[in-house]
Parts: sequence; C-alpha cells; structure tokens
Amino acid sequence: MNQLSFQLKGSVVTAIVLELYRYSRADFSAELSAKVRQAPMFFHQTPVVISLEKLEADAPAIDFPELIALCRDFGLRPMAFKGAPTALADVLEATGLVLIPAGQGGRAPVPESAVPEPEVVVRTVVEEKLVHRPSKIITRPIRSGQQVYAEGSDLIVMAAVSEGAEILADGHIHVYGPLRGRALAGVRGDVQARIFCQSLEAELVSVAGNFKLSDSLRELSWKAPSQVYLQDDTLHVDAL
Amino acid sequence: MNTREPAEAGRTEERVLAKIIVVTSGKGGVGKTTSSAAIGTGLALRGFKTAIIDFDVGLRNLDLIMGCERRVVYDFVNVINKEATLNQALIKDKRTPNLFILPASQTRDKDALSQEGVQAVLNELSRDFDYIVCDSPAGIEKGAQMALYYADIAVVVTNPEVSSVRDSDRILGILQSKTRRVEAGEEPVQEHLLLTRYNPARVQAGEMLSVQDVEDILAIPLIGVIPESEAVLKASNQGMPVILDQETEAGQAYSDAVARLLGEVVEHRFLEVQKKGFFKRLLGGK
Repeated sequence: MNQLSFQLKGSVVTAIVLELYRYSRADFSAELSAKVRQAPMFFHQTPVVISLEKLEADAPAIDFPELIALCRDFGLRPMAFKGAPTALADVLEATGLVLIPAGQGGRAPVPESAVPEPEVVVRTVVEEKLVHRPSKIITRPIRSGQQVYAEGSDLIVMAAVSEGAEILADGHIHVYGPLRGRALAGVRGDVQARIFCQSLEAELVSVAGNFKLSDSLRELSWKAPSQVYLQDDTLHVDAL
Repeated sequence: MNTREPAEAGRTEERVLAKIIVVTSGKGGVGKTTSSAAIGTGLALRGFKTAIIDFDVGLRNLDLIMGCERRVVYDFVNVINKEATLNQALIKDKRTPNLFILPASQTRDKDALSQEGVQAVLNELSRDFDYIVCDSPAGIEKGAQMALYYADIAVVVTNPEVSSVRDSDRILGILQSKTRRVEAGEEPVQEHLLLTRYNPARVQAGEMLSVQDVEDILAIPLIGVIPESEAVLKASNQGMPVILDQETEAGQAYSDAVARLLGEVVEHRFLEVQKKGFFKRLLGGK
C-alpha cells in the first residue's frame, strides 16, 4: 500500500574534505594535480567539501568560481563549503554550493597548536560503487587487434570476439557469440565480476587478475556455454 | 559478355560517383593483385568503366599481371606529386575495353602517398569511372591504410589457412575503424570474403580450413571461392588476368565472384572434390 512517491531519511554521506589554507591559482592547481596523479581513480567523480575553517585570516580575496572550476577539471565534485566566515557568505552563496556551519559532526575544534591534519581525509572507496553507469553494448564483431574496455560498467557483446581481440570490463562480461579472444572481467579488482559466454573458446579469461589460458580451458568447458567466476581466490569455469 | 547500360547511362549529367573497391588481406602472397586484376577486368567486361590502382608503391606488380609493364611511363606517385596528369599516367588496357591501370612507382616507398594526394586522384577518377579497384599492399601500415581509407566496398582475400584468416580478421577490424565512411558517420564499408587457393581435396584430408571454418571465424558474406589452380600462375606469368581464360575453373570462379559483387545470386561452384566415378554418374550425381 505504499503510495508515496518518496520518503525523507536522515543519512550520513562520507566525502573528502579539502581544507583550504590559502589560494593562488597556480599553486593550487599544481598541488591538486600532484595529489590526483597519485590516485586518479580515487578522485574521479568524488564529492568534496571545501572547508574554510583553517583559511589564513590575512589571505587575499579568493576567486571561488575559479577554484570550483579547477576542482571539477581534476574530476572532483565540490558540493559544499564548510565553516565559511560570515563575510564571505554572499560570495559563496552565489556559487550555488551548500554552506555547512563549522565543526558539524560533533567533533571538538582542534586547537591551533595541534599537529596539522593531512589535507585530504581519505575515508572510503565504497562510495564509487554507488555510481551507476550504463553497460556497454557492442553489436559488431570484435576483430583481432581490437580492444574494448567497459569502464566502470558491464560489457555485453552481441557478436563474436575474434582471436587476438581483447575485451575488458570493470564489471561482468557477457558474450553472445563465440568468445575466441581474451576476456578480462573485474579489471579494477572486483572479485564478484563474472564472464558469461555462449561458446568458450578463449585464449585467456581473467577475473580480478586471476587468469586461465586456453590450454586449461580446453579441459573444462570448451566450446560450451560457460561462466567464469572467482571463489575462494580460485578461478572456476562451469558449463551453464 | 553482355554490355549493360550503366557505362552509357553514366555519361548523363546526374552521374553517380564511382564505387571504390579495395582488395585487401593483411597477409602477403594470398592473391590480392591477381584478384584485383581479375575483378577489375570482370567489371570492365560487363561494360563498367573501371580503373585499377596499384597502391603497392615500391613493389609494383599489377602492371606485370596485367601485361602492361612495358607501357609504364608515369605512375601514381607522379600524379600525386603533380609531375604528370592522370590521363598521362593511366594505361588503357589493350585486351579489354573500359579498363585502365594506374601503376605504382617502383622507385619510391609508401611515404610518397599522402592522404590529400590519394583523395585528389580518387576524386578525379570518380568523375568519369564506374568502379575504382584499389590493389592494397600487404600489411596494416600506411600503404594498406591509405588503400582502404576511401573504400565503399572491401574484398578481403583470404587463403584457407589460420594465419591468413587471422590477418584478414585484423584488416576487418581496421575497416571498421579507420575509413572515411566511419569517420564521416556514414554506412560502414561493405565487406566481402574472397577465398583463394582453395583445394577441396586437401580440405577433405583435413589439411586445409573449409569454407565453413573460414566463414565461421570471419562472419562476413562470401563472394567467391577460387580453386587452387595452375592456370592462375600461368596467367600471371603471361601477364593476362585469369578471368579472361574462361576455360579454367579459376577464371569461371572469378566471373561468379564479380556477378555476386554486383548483387547477382550465383550458386558456389568448385567446393567439392571433382569425382566423375561410374557410380556417381549412375546414381544421377552431377
């Protein structure tokens, strides 16, 4: 009898906090670029709260729209300002981001003399999995020498995958034609990923880095509809 | 050889541009040039004004197979570099009307081909030819990519052996990604499979891939199976396209392939071992 179209719930979302001390376009851009380069996937599409609590009192006026644009350029998604001085309220409001009061979350303010906190608080990676991306669907044969990668999603191939071709996905792989090339599922480490195919004739199958070559596949489920999955760190190949 | 109207109809104002056919394979020595010569000649015999271009710059062969090597003065690279006009470089075939050959340069390499240069030559030819047959060099490098870039139709020449099939598969991948049609978002290049050097006896003995094996791997329509034949070698040594020798199975098979290329439905021949045994005749086998 649930006729409601929505329900409001309280929830805690983990986000990266970027504590800004001072800002100049060149320095900020260089430092952020260096950080992102260390773990590009971690920062990709990541929600960010920009904290102004530690902003130096004598810092010159900041071009906030520019700062937000820079963050976006590097894949971050600024969603709020935290602990903004009242003097800046109007400027920040104009950027369209949410303003959160300082010290929210129940933590006592850290005394200035304390050891400086790391600029980026790395909390969780699970967040990334909540992002839904549509599966990649390929209808033409994938030929020798071609490579297809479904980034952040499943890969569905409606035709043959030739010997010498390579298909990769962060999620599952489905092949509705003979699978003769190399198929790698869960390439970013998803051990739940599986490979399903109509006819297993592959040169190599791999789930999260655990692979089997055609020689061992021949003894298991050759040229039959099959699935490949990981269980207890062992790659299983079963006929369907 | 019936002369059909397209060649004449083509002279009216509303001329359709020439269809560009690339004969390609990836692997060398499978019969690209022999097939280019045969298909080009076959189209000309049916009344279509046809030009065959040798893209194998540095390893010129087409002129030998067409028997016009002594008449080469200017070549494809000369035309690209504007050292000669297209009319000076085109060699009119002596045996078949409507047929012209644009030979490759023997003294240059594939770097002499520029995208703009090739396009200019093809555009000029397109205006008064019905078909342009591009004889691709082996490999997947610049020369081969240049030959297939502007194609409307591809004839992928394959021998019934695994390495040739693998290379054809690779070329099909390039046809799907690196052609003008793909880049312009038009209909993809029409792909056709031409199986050459087919020997039914060796297929039966399990020494050669069968037509079904190759079709299963490449999954593109088959326009012809050319039986392995001494006539092919003899014809190329004599500088005569094998399609002109209609006494031979290879010549007939190429005629069938040209018919299928033009959309006609012709039953495949020469796929079985020819046995004219007493019992077979008695039981009404053909």
